[in-house]
Amino acid sequence: MEAISGTAFVVATIVKTLVFFVILLLGVALTTYMERKVAGFMQDRSGPNRVGPLGILQVMADGLKFILKEEVTPEAAHKRFFLLAPVLALFPATVLFGVIPLGSPLPTPWGRVDMIVADVPIGFLYVLGIASLAVYGVVMAGWSSNSKYSFLGGLRGSAQMISYEIGLAMSLVPVLMLAGNVEMPVLVSMQQSFAAGPGTYGVWFIFPLLLSGFFFLVSGLAETNRVPFDLPEAEAEIVGGYHTEYSSMKFGMFFLGEYFHLITTGALISVFFLGGWDIPFWRGDNIRVLADGTVIGDPAWWKTLLTMGAFTVKTTLLVVFFMFIRWTIPRFRYDQLMDLGWKVFLPALMLYIMLTAVAVFVLDRAQIVGPAFAGALFGLNLLLMLIFLYLLDRGRLVRGATAKTRAATATEGD
Amino acid sequence: MPGDVRFVERPEAESSYVRAISQGLGITVRHFLRPDKPTQQYPDEKWELAPRWRGTHRMAVHEDGRAKCVGCGLCPTVCPVNCIKLIPAEDENGERYAAVYEIDEFRCIFCGFCQEVCPVEAIHLGVHYENAEYTRERWVYDLARLCENDHPVTALWDPADPSSE
Repeated sequence: MEAISGTAFVVATIVKTLVFFVILLLGVALTTYMERKVAGFMQDRSGPNRVGPLGILQVMADGLKFILKEEVTPEAAHKRFFLLAPVLALFPATVLFGVIPLGSPLPTPWGRVDMIVADVPIGFLYVLGIASLAVYGVVMAGWSSNSKYSFLGGLRGSAQMISYEIGLAMSLVPVLMLAGNVEMPVLVSMQQSFAAGPGTYGVWFIFPLLLSGFFFLVSGLAETNRVPFDLPEAEAEIVGGYHTEYSSMKFGMFFLGEYFHLITTGALISVFFLGGWDIPFWRGDNIRVLADGTVIGDPAWWKTLLTMGAFTVKTTLLVVFFMFIRWTIPRFRYDQLMDLGWKVFLPALMLYIMLTAVAVFVLDRAQIVGPAFAGALFGLNLLLMLIFLYLLDRGRLVRGATAKTRAATATEGD
Repeated sequence: MPGDVRFVERPEAESSYVRAISQGLGITVRHFLRPDKPTQQYPDEKWELAPRWRGTHRMAVHEDGRAKCVGCGLCPTVCPVNCIKLIPAEDENGERYAAVYEIDEFRCIFCGFCQEVCPVEAIHLGVHYENAEYTRERWVYDLARLCENDHPVTALWDPADPSSE
């Protein structure tokens, strides 16, 4: 089936943009509700349950409250940047969603509609580029508030986000090695379950690239500024963090930005490592669009709906997992955070990339392809994961402050 | 290094971040899946109060609606915090009654002495606790409001039945 073109393409794109954006906004609203519910359940409470059935309308009450609250702009703030910062905090996560394939292609009378707003050829390079912009919102908010606490929060946030961007980007290098392509729909089609033929692996990338997935997950958590990496906000040390001076809906935008980021990170992990919209153990959804436009498999509207459902389930489960992490783990100390990023993740990832490169080279030479290739890599990854966790365990790599201070004292000879 | 810095020995080799995280996640997941929440949905579900619960006062009334109080003055006398204001009066038949009877529920410590001391079983404490008001003045209950209250009265301690069974 031909891809949609001409006026129909423009109309389809506008419709897709509107629909996906509304879905994303609704998702964000529901995520805030879900977070409170999950937190409540984990602490043996019931969470919000007074507004509407099961408290689902709490979302509306919260939104209304954000809008109706008095808006205070500090006298000494740099007004223009102060206004710009919340927008910049919200914008990257929102536009990132445009390049994420949400489902299998939809056949329409006017041609095939790909379930992605913008199928950019630079694929996840765009993701990495835009994700880096998120730091501007944080640092600008901290600086333009003209308050020392906001400023410290902004600095912490920017240092953290820049550090973990490296982990985020480098953990995608092995994906690139396996895929040989940066386009998101291609990544998905390579991971489709049991898919055979050239350029497919038939398994999700989480198996052959387990360690990569782990690094991406942790770096993604750090990028969203959530526990255990929520150092930019610290009531005890720096009042509130970079958004201390913000009130009303301007604060609300930072708040929403966090949840946008959460969903986008979940969606990215699903695309890169969990097969995107692929439904596991089912060949019926193995629909591929090759570079020359030919379609393998047969698209149908119900398959589009099913695959979108599968994608939503995966993303939701990841978001719930992030919430479990948030309400379980105490935060890192700031030096531990930096140590983990620069002294653990960076060298570990470099080593991992090298090892993966060697493994891919050897397997290619041995002419092992498809699932066998993935299986061999999975074995290697399991081994590496165990070694990594063993080293990380019991304070071998990340150590307490006591040991460090004592070491420093010993060298001073006192 | 200035001064004496005391190093707290931490069992670094025994404590493990990775395992601690896994254990922690196990605990939170277990609690997440727990179906019973101890939370009481307060305005919808309420505590069942004990029969000897001492709460908001009520005044017992005759069948014709008059308060049973005879204005003897025992309750303001026995009240340890002086929260009862009583001005007695006498009607044309020579029967005494309370012309003014006010209880400041803010001052009251709900000891129940007034109920115990009342010779005609007029003033009672009640098995009732929801008495929020918008102003302090509303907390001073006059005779009409005390008579209007219709919640169950507090059971007195019975020496024959010490554990109230």
